[in-house]
Amino acid sequence: MTEMTETVVAPAPVEVQKGWGGQSVRRKEDKRLLQGEGVFVDDVKRHGMGYLHFVRSPYAHAHITRIDVSAAEAIEGVYGTLTGEEVAALTEPFFQISSAPGANIKDYSLAVGKVRYVGEPVVAVVAETRELARDASELVEVDYEPLPALVDARRAQDSDAPVLHDDAEGNLMWTGLYSWGDLDAAFAEADRVVKIPELHFHRFNSTPLECDGALVEYNRGVGQWTIHTNNQFPGFAAIMMGPAMQVGLDKLRFVTQDIGGGFGNKITSHPQLVVCCLLARKLNRPVQWTEWRTDFHLSMSHGNERWFHDTEVAVKDDGTLLGFRTKALDDAGAWLRYEPLGGVIWAQVTPGLYRWRHIELDFTQVATNKAPVSPNRGYSRMQHLWFTERVIDIVARELDLDPVEVRKRNYIRAEDMPYETPNGCVYDSGDYAGMLDLALELIDYESIPAKRAAAKDHGKLLGVGIGSTLDSGTNNFGQSRLINPELQFSGNNEVATVKLDIFGEIVVTLGTTPQGQGHETTAAQVVADILQCSVDDVHVRAGHDSYWNSHAGFSGTYASQFAVTGLSAVKGATEMLAAEIKKLAGAVFGGVPAEALELADGGVRIKESPDAFLPFMACGAIVNANNAGLPEDLDVTLNCRYVYRPPFEVPDVERKFGNLTLTYATQIHVAVVEIDPETGAYEIVDYAAVDDCGKRINPQIVEGQVMGATAQAIGAAIHETYEYDEDGNLLTPNFYDYHVPHALDMPPLATGALESPSPFTPLGTKGMGEGGGAGIHAVCAAIQDATGAIVTDSHNPYQRVWLLLQEAHA
Amino acid sequence: MDVTVTVNGTAYERDVEPRKLLIHFLRDDLDLTGSHVGCDTGNCGACSVIFDGVLVKSCMLLAVQANGANVETVEGLAEDDELTPLQQAFNEHHALQCGYCTPGMLMSATALLRENASPSEDEIKKALQGNICRCTGYWNIVEAVESVAK
Repeated sequence: MTEMTETVVAPAPVEVQKGWGGQSVRRKEDKRLLQGEGVFVDDVKRHGMGYLHFVRSPYAHAHITRIDVSAAEAIEGVYGTLTGEEVAALTEPFFQISSAPGANIKDYSLAVGKVRYVGEPVVAVVAETRELARDASELVEVDYEPLPALVDARRAQDSDAPVLHDDAEGNLMWTGLYSWGDLDAAFAEADRVVKIPELHFHRFNSTPLECDGALVEYNRGVGQWTIHTNNQFPGFAAIMMGPAMQVGLDKLRFVTQDIGGGFGNKITSHPQLVVCCLLARKLNRPVQWTEWRTDFHLSMSHGNERWFHDTEVAVKDDGTLLGFRTKALDDAGAWLRYEPLGGVIWAQVTPGLYRWRHIELDFTQVATNKAPVSPNRGYSRMQHLWFTERVIDIVARELDLDPVEVRKRNYIRAEDMPYETPNGCVYDSGDYAGMLDLALELIDYESIPAKRAAAKDHGKLLGVGIGSTLDSGTNNFGQSRLINPELQFSGNNEVATVKLDIFGEIVVTLGTTPQGQGHETTAAQVVADILQCSVDDVHVRAGHDSYWNSHAGFSGTYASQFAVTGLSAVKGATEMLAAEIKKLAGAVFGGVPAEALELADGGVRIKESPDAFLPFMACGAIVNANNAGLPEDLDVTLNCRYVYRPPFEVPDVERKFGNLTLTYATQIHVAVVEIDPETGAYEIVDYAAVDDCGKRINPQIVEGQVMGATAQAIGAAIHETYEYDEDGNLLTPNFYDYHVPHALDMPPLATGALESPSPFTPLGTKGMGEGGGAGIHAVCAAIQDATGAIVTDSHNPYQRVWLLLQEAHA
Repeated sequence: MDVTVTVNGTAYERDVEPRKLLIHFLRDDLDLTGSHVGCDTGNCGACSVIFDGVLVKSCMLLAVQANGANVETVEGLAEDDELTPLQQAFNEHHALQCGYCTPGMLMSATALLRENASPSEDEIKKALQGNICRCTGYWNIVEAVESVAK
């Protein structure tokens, strides 16, 4: 076992009291979590609550011919049930993001008339205990008339393919041609055209350790639901649920405290939440639902499986990349729960890290009899970046060039920043070549030839691979119009409130729903720097509550944006508060102008005579509880709300052109693998991950995100896959069969960081946290380097590597 | 069935359905929600507790099997709100993000350190291999445990 390497840019311990930003301040969240005092959704209990269990489809595709819940309902302690038929009577189908044909499908929160994947919820049963709810579910009788299943997306448009959604008149959900630059000219100029018939990015997700859940209470008197849940994007859930349930959003109160990991996989639980809401109303009691692990694997938020067909790459003999064309085929699974947004999200990173200007991608998304896909860490960009990196290494091999040299020749250069991509996105800052140099240094690239020889001496094959992630963050939701021009979404926003309370408490409220990203800590760092106090004096409320009035349409924790949207909202609100404090103190001091005042040591004072000092406690008390005699025109509440709105334009729908995200954090990973040629078994023997997310508010938290994403990438590259048999049965429905890495699976890791501040954000920060894709590619490239066989799949378990070795031999 | 069990030094007597899992007994009947459920197959270790001195996954035992037993959970680690050196090390080394696996990790590491006060890196990884973390990649967890090993 190799030793772990020390971090190159080590987070320094915090000893100072000023200048909190940039320090690895210890997390404020940890104390409760370390003592088992966090409040996760399954910890929330209510008197008289019933436990909900879903009866799920055993078939991938079948008509439902009969449902009988009477035997289940007859059991003592069973409170009631809900069927698809009731759902169809009580709710409208969910709003569809897609244009036709995907727009025409009818998606309800329980299966209506037909099931379309194994594990699809068919009936919900609520009972006095979890065990009883499960027992009663066994007594629900459902008769099915099985239909042929469509499992391979490549067959979806065949004339004899089973059709999932008659309303869509076929399995095509969405298609769009993206074309920028002059493809004909690029291919005419090319010395070589490299052709790649098929590349495949596999289906997996991040399997947060806490599954989905909710405790839903219905307030009959006011017709309002309180939804305690771990949904990570309540803004999205609300706009899906409100119209379906035909209620205003004021009737849907979302409450969250601690969330046990999300990674995008907890965005699309709105169907289950609707079921909980309907049952809480029907049964007039709180309803508790905690998803079982097997249920999660069967039904929740698989990552997009994608093929790239008939890829052609225009290159010069020296390795200069001119452009490419390809056809992307995306498997959405049975329902479009967030899709087909994956059909445009990839375009945030159209050229990857490279300067090619002529790009055409024909995107097609189809439905299959598999679990619905939804965002997963690196959502849709990961697939596309994996593709671009695969192209680089295949080109390098075909031209017999060094992959490092091909990258450096084609990387967008630091001096090109800000860089407008062929489709109008603007990469804000970065130094990719510098990052690659640092990553290579961390794995001691110079020593690789000697290590390769040494590996050969003991019968092993050593290979090195490079991968990258462009962690595009802060979405311009206007990109949804490229999918459906009818949609009226654009821009982005996030909210924070900061107030001074009676005893001088600084209280911060966020609109986000963090799942371990340390928002309480980094928000406090930003506030403390502006108010010139200690982070210990800043109280950041844990979690999210729609009743706090600190959210907007896009509030939530997803898509790498807190460091921009969340912290910019915090900064804005805190600056408003600082200005109000000065205004108040100016009045109290008898008309001192704000410029003559400064904040320091937990209060406000006159710069020239620091003895004239008003502590925050006095400020809070005066405004909130002792305000007689204050000037009538003093406009001060010490309770400030700020909505941060990034600078975006609506994209050009015709040209599919415009800036789709505000920031581009970057990661470059290098993996070194050693393969046993007899068996295909391999080990990652060295690994480096270099990150550049602009200004880092808390380097230790950033490094933690890099590490976590790396581990998920390694798991996905080697072990994790949602594989189905030909009948549509999931072969990896639990942690026995779906192997996630454990401590012994982790290679030695060296991390490094560069800081290229974003010129577009108030704090110079960039959202980050989705760096997983880089690792998947780094492993693929290292396998290609070691075996000499072209790697065409993102998932390379030992048996596939063995096959690659046979291929290379032949 | 009547069950008498001592958890973190407090004795509890409860009437328990024979098929109830120990983890659900701890969480639902005793309201000790620090131990978590992350799977339904005994793989993830989020429910790890120390049972008569032995590390167990409490989803793999029935509550009735705990009759007469002495159980330690994450809630019992810190005394008078003072974090143990291991808990402090988790904070210092950023060994937790979402915190969902953390109680199980702490119990596994606590059991290891009681048996072996100076484990090697490899011994630490072996001791934690029954605990899944999806946030950290384990590097900082191993580092935190190493830092309190003598």
